[in-house]
Amino acid sequence: MSQTPTHPKLDAKIPSGHISEKWTNFKSTAKLVNPNNKRKHTIIVVGTGLAGGSAAASLAELGYNVKAFCVQDSGRRAHSIAAQGGINAAKNYPNDGDSIWRLFYDTVKGGDYRAREGNVYRLAQISNNIIDQCVAQGVPFAREYSGLLANRSFGGAQVSRTFYARGQTGQQLLLGAYQAMEKMVGAGKIQMYARHEMLDLVVVDGKARGIIVRDLVTGEIERHAADAVLLCTGGYGNVYYLSTNAKNSNVTAAWRCFKRGAFFANPCFTQIHPTCIPVSGDYQSKLTLMSESLRNDGRVWVPKNIGDKRSPEQIPEAERDYYLERKYPSFGNLVPRDVASRNAKEQADGGKGVGETGMAVYLDFADSIRRLGDSTISERYGNLFQMYEKITGDDPYKVPMRIYPAVHYTMGGLWVDYHLMSTIPGLFVLGEANFSDHGANRLGASALMQGLADGYFVIPYTLGNYIANNTFPKVDESSDAFAATEAEARGRIGQLLNVNGSRTVQDYHRSLGKVMWDYVGMGRTREGLQHAITEIGKMREEYWQNVKIPGSPDTMNKSLEFAGRVADFMELGELMARDALQREESCGGHFREEYQTEEGEAKRDDENFSFAAAWEYQGEGALPTMNKEPLTFEYVAPSQRSYK
Amino acid sequence: MSDTLMTIHLKVWRQDAPTQPGKFVQYTVPGVNPHMSFLEMFDLLNEQLSAKGEIPVEFDNDCREGICGSCSMVINGMPHGPQRGTAACQLHMRHFKDGDHVVVEPWRAAAFPMIRDLVVDRTSLDRIIAAGGYISTNTGAPPDANSLPVSKDDSDRAFDYAACIGCGACVAACPNASASLFTAAKIGHLALLPQGAPERKRRVINMVEQMEKEGFGDCSNHGECEAACPKEISISAIAMMRREYVKAVVGG
Repeated sequence: MSQTPTHPKLDAKIPSGHISEKWTNFKSTAKLVNPNNKRKHTIIVVGTGLAGGSAAASLAELGYNVKAFCVQDSGRRAHSIAAQGGINAAKNYPNDGDSIWRLFYDTVKGGDYRAREGNVYRLAQISNNIIDQCVAQGVPFAREYSGLLANRSFGGAQVSRTFYARGQTGQQLLLGAYQAMEKMVGAGKIQMYARHEMLDLVVVDGKARGIIVRDLVTGEIERHAADAVLLCTGGYGNVYYLSTNAKNSNVTAAWRCFKRGAFFANPCFTQIHPTCIPVSGDYQSKLTLMSESLRNDGRVWVPKNIGDKRSPEQIPEAERDYYLERKYPSFGNLVPRDVASRNAKEQADGGKGVGETGMAVYLDFADSIRRLGDSTISERYGNLFQMYEKITGDDPYKVPMRIYPAVHYTMGGLWVDYHLMSTIPGLFVLGEANFSDHGANRLGASALMQGLADGYFVIPYTLGNYIANNTFPKVDESSDAFAATEAEARGRIGQLLNVNGSRTVQDYHRSLGKVMWDYVGMGRTREGLQHAITEIGKMREEYWQNVKIPGSPDTMNKSLEFAGRVADFMELGELMARDALQREESCGGHFREEYQTEEGEAKRDDENFSFAAAWEYQGEGALPTMNKEPLTFEYVAPSQRSYK
Repeated sequence: MSDTLMTIHLKVWRQDAPTQPGKFVQYTVPGVNPHMSFLEMFDLLNEQLSAKGEIPVEFDNDCREGICGSCSMVINGMPHGPQRGTAACQLHMRHFKDGDHVVVEPWRAAAFPMIRDLVVDRTSLDRIIAAGGYISTNTGAPPDANSLPVSKDDSDRAFDYAACIGCGACVAACPNASASLFTAAKIGHLALLPQGAPERKRRVINMVEQMEKEGFGDCSNHGECEAACPKEISISAIAMMRREYVKAVVGG
């Protein structure tokens, strides 16, 4: 395969030098902005999760004027808050053989060789700074009696490199970033716009220079100009309707940027998390993740016999199949997420699923409780057990948990170079919203690491370099570019409200989710994907003729907010199916049933598909085109992943 | 567990805008599954209202797993409803019976201005944090994370306070609409850690002052906050805040 990108905009700008020196080389040669000049630059940050919160705080501390936007009523509520398990770092405190190299290697391998080596190495290098920074902020990580930090092994890692704060690591890290951000709000360096939704990106002379937002309380449409825009808006898992994402998580901001010229990379790479609470009925509005740290002490099993409907305690040991331990003796219950998820589906599809719906497997703590006692298990997982009991009414200390895979994270996102800049100059994309570091599958406890790496330690350097290398003629919010973009945003709202049909937004969203889960979910086929494209096309057409949105545009109106988001999800869903269709291989979270080994494992095709697929918008009604950024592996030779 | 569908009779606070008077409106919601969460019952109500061409009820919600702190409903007089240690999004309908009457109101406090229906403005809580609820470490190169050991007991207690989700149920439950538990939880979290020590005095003074400025009431030891807190944060935080405040003001 050719080693040059198929589009000149897809230059990854990886610095020269040995992989361990690239980031240092970049930092040593990056241009700097004079301290007195930073205050002359306004930077927009959209989203206040780990990536956005940490970026807003760090840039404001450096002296930039920051405008931060979020759809929630406070920056502290971004969905990073819900991350449970932990954050990886290559500290090697436990002396068990970890290193920056090993974290880099594991991440590239775990991502099934579809991530950029340069980015991943930098992430591993920065991981240690993040822990230092967070501890200095007062993040109450778990500690040993010595007073030093505790670590655990997490989701497929053979070293204990995960730092955690009970089952609320995301919450504590986000509060650290949020507090740093509020500190700068108090200092007057960040203007906070909560309950504001980005509706479009304003591009002036080819550069991102502002955004159009809707005040979700008054319905007013506002214009905000800046010298750069940072998109930190998270992932698009809610395209499946049911996912572990929060209700407000959406793709609209990223999708608007796609339509303004930012390439969207690898949209089909989605992560289905193996340990979620199973669906209980049609009314279900979201799925709840149970941290995969539970797999450290829980054993996954199903009955050996098809259709065995006895309650779990009546099934004797000899009639249980601990299928992960059986199939993958060296990793057992700790195989990576994609492998664990696919295996659960295989058991359920084979008629061995448990619970009322048969769409679940057991995660059993009985052995660990016998070995370690209730109190140790409670210390490790107390809040998770409590959460499970609240939702299901079952007590996991007594009855095995029932779990099933659910959509959790999206590795795809807007294409960015090493500087985290999209194909639109001045538009940077951080955290889950970009595509770069996790390849086709993200390892556990790596999302928090990447969000904070991007925000605390990458963007302060790469943004400075961009600002210092460019000139910024004053852009007026009353200019034609702003007026035209605002008019388009208003037009979309008007068009939606004018339909006045008979089906609610939620109803459409559910239907879209079902198509996505059935055909663009854990197992994908050519026919299924083609079917999904047709179905979504029909649904989109119907949507604009028959959606019903009560209420007015001039008040708080959640139906209207969701109407815009679901319209964008439909377009994205179609692109995901197209991306999955062109990728005629199985890798990581993308499993094409036509491409598997005899043992049913994912079969990669490095010869033909070792590239990032970067989709380019071609206008309304035209099909997007696919460009390729070839991936080269100089340091980690691709091999078939084996967790046997 | 029975899956028999229930009918729930709701009395919900509706208010179009802060400038307009609000009122309770009664709704009967058939088809409520006992496995539904309380918010999923509201989704069902809103779908039923939309189908009839009526305006849905606005309510804040996001993660629906009890951690983001968005949801804010007073259910039968209790913030987040009758189940202890539970946010409204984690309250399931199996705790209600067929035919139950349920009253749902917004958080009510002078420092939480009304926005619409069950949605209020809680940015006063953000401003309390902005006044001092942080450690002033800029992003950079702080010392190695293990250079300063913290006793496990202190660290665990700090975590207990840091678990606050900032929902404001403590304010809604308090007869004085005080934000003492919210404010004290952050002060307690940071005061228990050595990293928080250098700013200990100014932090407590600035945060307490901001709380008063926002129009939150004083604490008079009713203890309703602790009972309503979805994360069961102990009222001992408030005692600690008072000690911190006295030490900061008197010196020593």
